[in-house]
Amino acid sequence: MRTLRNLPGPLPLVAGLVALLVASPLVFVGLQATQAGSDTAHRLLARPVMETLLWHTVALTTVVTAGTLVLGFAAAYLVERTDLPGCRAWTVALAMPLAVPEFVHGYSWVSLFPQVQGYWGAVLVMTSSLYPLVFLPVAATLRHADASTEEVARSLGHGRLAPLWRVTLPLTRPALAGGALLVSLYLLGEYGAFAMLRYTTFATAIYNEFQTSFDMASASLLTLALVGLALLLVALDARAARRGRVVREGTTGRGCALVPLGRWKPVAAGALAAVVGVTLGVPVFALVHWLARGSSTTLPSASIVTETATTLGYALSSAAVATAAAVPVALYSWRRPTRLARTVERAAYLTRALPGIAVALSVVYFAIRYAQPLYQQPSLLVAGYVVLFFPLALTSVRASLAHVPHGVEDVARSLGVHRIVVLSRVTLPLILPGLGAAFAMVTLTASTELTATLLLRPTGTETLATQFWVYTTGLSYGAAAPYAAVMVALSVPAVLMLTRRTLGTRATAPREI
Amino acid sequence: MSRVVLRSARRSALLATATAMSLSALALAGCSGSNDSGGASSDKESAGSLKGQTITVYSGQHEQTVSALVKDFQARTGIRANVRSGDEAELANQILTEGPASPADVFFAENPPALTTLENKGLLAKVNAATLAAVPSADSSAQGDWVGVSAREAAFVHNTGKLQAGQVPPTVKDLADATWRGKLGIAPGETDFTPIVTRMIKTQGEAGAKSWLEGLKANSKVYGSNEDLVAAVNRGEVEGGVIDHYYWYRLRDEQGAAHIHSALGYFKQGDPGALVDVSGAAVLSHGKHQAAAQAFLAYLTSKPAQQIIATSESYEYPLAAGVKNAKVSRSLADSGSVAQAGDLGDGKDALQLLQSVGLL
Repeated sequence: MRTLRNLPGPLPLVAGLVALLVASPLVFVGLQATQAGSDTAHRLLARPVMETLLWHTVALTTVVTAGTLVLGFAAAYLVERTDLPGCRAWTVALAMPLAVPEFVHGYSWVSLFPQVQGYWGAVLVMTSSLYPLVFLPVAATLRHADASTEEVARSLGHGRLAPLWRVTLPLTRPALAGGALLVSLYLLGEYGAFAMLRYTTFATAIYNEFQTSFDMASASLLTLALVGLALLLVALDARAARRGRVVREGTTGRGCALVPLGRWKPVAAGALAAVVGVTLGVPVFALVHWLARGSSTTLPSASIVTETATTLGYALSSAAVATAAAVPVALYSWRRPTRLARTVERAAYLTRALPGIAVALSVVYFAIRYAQPLYQQPSLLVAGYVVLFFPLALTSVRASLAHVPHGVEDVARSLGVHRIVVLSRVTLPLILPGLGAAFAMVTLTASTELTATLLLRPTGTETLATQFWVYTTGLSYGAAAPYAAVMVALSVPAVLMLTRRTLGTRATAPREI
Repeated sequence: MSRVVLRSARRSALLATATAMSLSALALAGCSGSNDSGGASSDKESAGSLKGQTITVYSGQHEQTVSALVKDFQARTGIRANVRSGDEAELANQILTEGPASPADVFFAENPPALTTLENKGLLAKVNAATLAAVPSADSSAQGDWVGVSAREAAFVHNTGKLQAGQVPPTVKDLADATWRGKLGIAPGETDFTPIVTRMIKTQGEAGAKSWLEGLKANSKVYGSNEDLVAAVNRGEVEGGVIDHYYWYRLRDEQGAAHIHSALGYFKQGDPGALVDVSGAAVLSHGKHQAAAQAFLAYLTSKPAQQIIATSESYEYPLAAGVKNAKVSRSLADSGSVAQAGDLGDGKDALQLLQSVGLL
């Protein structure tokens, strides 16, 4: 078996190439940062605001990540492992905040409750909009995993909490770690929502640097500091992921043993309803409010149809490319868990923490030098989206591979089948739900992307997000509202697909192989 | 910069032709400027050689107004303009990253420092003399690398429930007084704020400007944008703040006069805070459509275009003689002279000061 696995194939090459492309913004940032002289570097890094930025960034990332972990896990546990009624409806409602872009989340809160600002405002808004990134993978793990171990633990008289702590939590550790990594990287790079909430982080400072100094060297220097923080997070995730790996899948037979909630049922239902009300109700209410009240509201013009089509076209094509590109990288690190493979995989994640403007400028930089005919062509915007959202695709594909037993490919190949056939007949079908989730996640995020779109789109092309931006910067919130509403509406099918694909049917149904 | 100087001979020849062509186009556009109803047909004839060309305009200006301008320009000249709208700073960064390969023919910015930065990097071509002559000479780059198109004025927006008109401070310096503690809002990350700091450095010296900024910082809540700031003043979150005048007019349009609880006040003439600042446009020196780009700049400073600016929702002041903005309650003449672009520089000193006090 070992010899079979060690056969060199095109996989490392393809995976390396993808990782190189995806990591190219890091190269760009590094190149630019070296242009800043040591004096500038010292002045920038030693200025008073740095300490504040570092503290803000660390405090926010820690608390929001912890918040999303608690909220995501608790919600997934209630929905998947207890006898709370309406499991499907809850799942959809709890995942739905993903359909609302963060900057719309931010504006919803600020426009309705101006006092929601600063640290606690940022914690509230970011936890609300990001917790589904933990909820969905944890719920999926709980749904597909064999519940018999938990049941056995309970039957041995361990009460409710001990199995939760000693069985369920370790079971979901990879899902929790993956979700936490995504959430925290997201927080490092996020700009729009924090700008609205008046909370300064490294990402907002980097934007300011780009905006006010027109000096890429100094902005890149700050970006490198941010990359340092991201490296730390990726290293933490690596430790967490190493500790929990194998999940026994309930592919045959049995359904979940449901924990009876008893008199706690109304309390649990009330808590979940409150979560949905806060995370989904507020933005929906704000959107309706703008549509009704803003005096600049006009009936959606004919252009909204064009912009919707453009947005969809870009989102779907970049989702397809990003998902396809994630497969070799995920496969490579899954089959060959070497140090190199892991490095390749992790380098891809770092991009997620880069502010959109740094990624976009790097794509501009490389495209204008090495791919000029493509510059400001649709394919370049797709490439930019792929670079930006590749980590989202990679997380989903990697998570689904974690459930595929090692050796299954070897068995197939030992029967004398060609590598490509093994891939298409065995491996890909096994990770199909993961591919679907990756596709939906990228579609969702790409359809609301703003910063990179502004820099990379073909001149004259507008998407829903850029049009929303045009109106909000002109203070025409009413006119902006229809575009926000269409963005949210477009994202709903992706979230539905995500919940369906991620959750599938309960473990009782036989899975196709 | 050497890139610009070391242009190949072929390129300079091309440029000379282009300049000649643009001069003729410009002369015609100038005609239309003085005769604002009858100019259209003669424009079309003159621009015959340029007709059907397409220029790319990177615009940081108010999008609705720019699209009205471009539409009119196309109708008059037959030259098409592809507009890339964005934040002026992002667009300037994009042009810097693109370098000589930039597809941009024209950069239309909101504030002089963005233009001055590109000028200093040698990325701008000289603007035709006729175009420069259409607006007061102080409104354009001293080197003639970009032309002023419209103007905006810094104003002190204040919540009318919390502050009477008489309580508007006469000078921006007063805002650093402890009496304002907790009552102000600022948006230091905005490119509109830097010029005021630059002028404080000019008038108070670096140390004076620094202690002023420290006082301002202690008194203020920091907002991410002028849009956020003006809205916050309007709902009474802070009593007042310095913005460009047009943000308030746009807020009034959006919320309706019934929901406006704020008003504009002005610092006295000559104060560093009484800043009249121009928006300008430039032709990129590596652009492939030099003549058509020059024709666009000529159009922007012509009467028909200035009239569109004067009546648009961007609420800016037109610069051409004889065109007034009737939608803004104060006339440009009451505001004092326009800040010299040379005095505003590229904003680097102001930026370093903002960073050293911890506002950026």
